[in-house]
Amino acid sequence: MNIVVCVKHVPDTEVPIRIRADGRGIEESGLNFVLNFYDEHGVEEALRIKERFGGTVTLVTAGPARAVEALRTGLAMGADAAIHIQEPALASLDHIGTARVLAAAIKSVPCDLVLCGKLSTDDNAAIVGPALAEFLGLPQATAVTKLDLGDGNATAHREVEGAVEVLEVTLPAVITVERGINEARYPSLPGIMRAKRTPVTVRTLADLGITAPPPAHVELLGLTPPPKRQAGRRLEGEPAAVVHDLVRALREEAKVL
Amino acid sequence: MSAASDVWVIAEHAGGRPRKITYELLGLAKTLAGPMKVHAVAAGRGIAALADDLAAHGAHVVHVAESPLLEPYTTDAHAQVVGSLLAGAAPGLVLVGSTAAGRDLAPRLAARLDAGIVTDCASVAVEDERVVATRPVMTRKAIARVAYGDGMRIAVVLPNIYPPAPAEAGRSAEVRTVPVGLDPGSIRTRVIEVSAIKRETVPLTEADIIVSGGRGLRGPENFALLDKLAGILGAAVGSSRPPVDSGWVPHDYEIGQTGKTVNPQLYIACGISGAPQHLAGMSGSRCIVAINKDPQAPIFGIATYGVVGDVFEILPLLTEEVRKLKGAATDGGRTAPSDPGSAGRDGAGRTAGG
Repeated sequence: MNIVVCVKHVPDTEVPIRIRADGRGIEESGLNFVLNFYDEHGVEEALRIKERFGGTVTLVTAGPARAVEALRTGLAMGADAAIHIQEPALASLDHIGTARVLAAAIKSVPCDLVLCGKLSTDDNAAIVGPALAEFLGLPQATAVTKLDLGDGNATAHREVEGAVEVLEVTLPAVITVERGINEARYPSLPGIMRAKRTPVTVRTLADLGITAPPPAHVELLGLTPPPKRQAGRRLEGEPAAVVHDLVRALREEAKVL
Repeated sequence: MSAASDVWVIAEHAGGRPRKITYELLGLAKTLAGPMKVHAVAAGRGIAALADDLAAHGAHVVHVAESPLLEPYTTDAHAQVVGSLLAGAAPGLVLVGSTAAGRDLAPRLAARLDAGIVTDCASVAVEDERVVATRPVMTRKAIARVAYGDGMRIAVVLPNIYPPAPAEAGRSAEVRTVPVGLDPGSIRTRVIEVSAIKRETVPLTEADIIVSGGRGLRGPENFALLDKLAGILGAAVGSSRPPVDSGWVPHDYEIGQTGKTVNPQLYIACGISGAPQHLAGMSGSRCIVAINKDPQAPIFGIATYGVVGDVFEILPLLTEEVRKLKGAATDGGRTAPSDPGSAGRDGAGRTAGG
């Protein structure tokens, strides 16, 4: 089973961000970047499949020089190889363009299964996985919480509105994974040492046969801090009286009951 | 959009009726279309009656794609049928609901049709001839304004943001039958089973009221208190991350950065401190009630009504008070789950907390 996992290097969600003065992005200086949380689960799932069925796990990322760290994290977890698509033009791509570029890279790798996180925690778009499936001409299953491999197919559980859907999908396929699919392992010390020695294949768009970067159809106009929610009223005192006040407020002020 | 243009809505239905999100999109489409037309696309099986409903809620044209191969939803079948329809009509703007199916289909359509796509839209508007959407990013630490270029635009819109379009009796629409030339062999996924999540009378992401529990509930058995209140309110039950990490409730309960994003009218947070990762998923709620015994809990910083008190004291009182209110307002109404807690969290408390 040869598996490709798409990964992204994103700001650590635990730390505050600063919006750039021009509003067109965030200040990267002093920001800690990590392997995207959902992609980590993608890497974990790939490693578990490899441990059961054999094969290889190849990581792919499209991003700036620092993104090699996301690849190193995945390699330290146990992935075998990594491809880093790197070039300034990547910054101008939209998500569909990124998916095109990733598809071009994945086409050159023997692959029975492509795994991605269901979204990246920086822009929460959840576009690349399904778009990638389209460009690779593969079926897809998105936001998968459980994956079992069969002969030439896989069974995937997905949470849909108010229900769990069990889907049989023919392989090769693109699967985007949800958090609940597994518990991701920590890189081991030998893994970290090995990851340092594993060569990362760097590819430009020209290497992938892409002569001009795909034009973006959407443009970020700016980022603003979210509107501040005002703290409302505190209700304190004797519980029965507090509850009485609360229910009255929900009915008469907020009109939500 | 260069002058006004028709706006298309991909309708979703459940149990033979459009989902609430579809009515919300029809309302938004009407605003955006101005003098132009609102089109709705309905794909499924046995959905002829859906057209009248969509017409009553504002669709001028309803495109009906009828085939047993279109229900239940599969990516391949819907991408082919809806994709061909959109490719032919080339609408300027297509609205899709941010639902499991919508999030699955829309990016695939955008890739197929080389369209601009924005997901998680909290607003969509036309400004100076451009279509502009806003969306929360960076786990809600920022709001992005995104403008579309020309060509086809797809907006995947969050539920519970726009008010549902009202029904107007007697409105009719032009109904167009969509040819469905599907080869069963081209559908590479098969839905084997759909099992309802028993506790969800209404899906979390669509619920008007959510009762949610955190670490302060101290154990899986106390989620029964939430079930009771939710039963009376017709609410959905959710949780913050700690109860999921502790194995008290399954992952599908989780609201927050690593769970669901919800925008209910009323969010009742019980024993939830209000970590940023939880706020990321619920701070879009219209009215927030926080019940927590720690007056310093960050959740009080965003709560409309902050109740400082012991959740184990407050919750039963609140449940009783609401029961009285509902009893007075309705005769009977919705019945509470017969045995709260037994039908819901399968495996709760028995799953290994990882």
